[in-house]
Amino acid sequence: MITVTVRYFAAFREQAGHDQERLETDHDTAGGLFLELAERHNFTDPTSRCKVAINDELTSWDAPLQEGDHVLFFPPVAGG
Amino acid sequence: MDPRFEIVTDPIDPRQLQVELEHQSAGASVCFEGWVRDNNEGRRVVALDYEAYAPVADKEGQLILTEATQRFELFAARCQHRTGALQLGDCAVWVGVSSGHRGAAFDACRYIIDEVKSRVPIWKKEHYKEGESGWINCVTGQSS
Repeated sequence: MITVTVRYFAAFREQAGHDQERLETDHDTAGGLFLELAERHNFTDPTSRCKVAINDELTSWDAPLQEGDHVLFFPPVAGG
Repeated sequence: MDPRFEIVTDPIDPRQLQVELEHQSAGASVCFEGWVRDNNEGRRVVALDYEAYAPVADKEGQLILTEATQRFELFAARCQHRTGALQLGDCAVWVGVSSGHRGAAFDACRYIIDEVKSRVPIWKKEHYKEGESGWINCVTGQSS
């Protein structure tokens, strides 16, 4: 098990009811953790339309998680 | 001048940004402004909130401008995106480029705004006349 900090933005933050949480996980990828939290918080946007960043760097859903990481989950973006 | 992308909270000043595009070898400059409009997908919009995660948005925005500068051989490229509570008619995003000829300038401007809309962590919440609000592009949280 590792401990990571997860941050939520925009619709995800409203859906989760908070903007971050520290949690222990045995998922070894960002995508695995996302799917578990999406189910818990009723996120219904598919990963193909969302993005993930680890420690402020955009990365892929199969990026490995490490102890102490800050994992940022971004719902579908809508600038402009 | 190096390409520069910024998330800003104050109103965007196009005139000041345009000056930064000037270059003696530039024969063309194209600018794009995105404005807050009063409707979307058949609903009456009264205001918008924009949210960004600046540490990632700035990096990704900068990367897009650098890509465009190389690909379209630009002399200058600037983009600002505003966040916070915006009113109808406000300028939400400004893109400007300068290049040798108009073709590259039009193409680069289009490339930048399209990439910003699809890649940069910025979110838009619309407030409707009926009193509801919703995050654009999301299934989650719609009409929250």
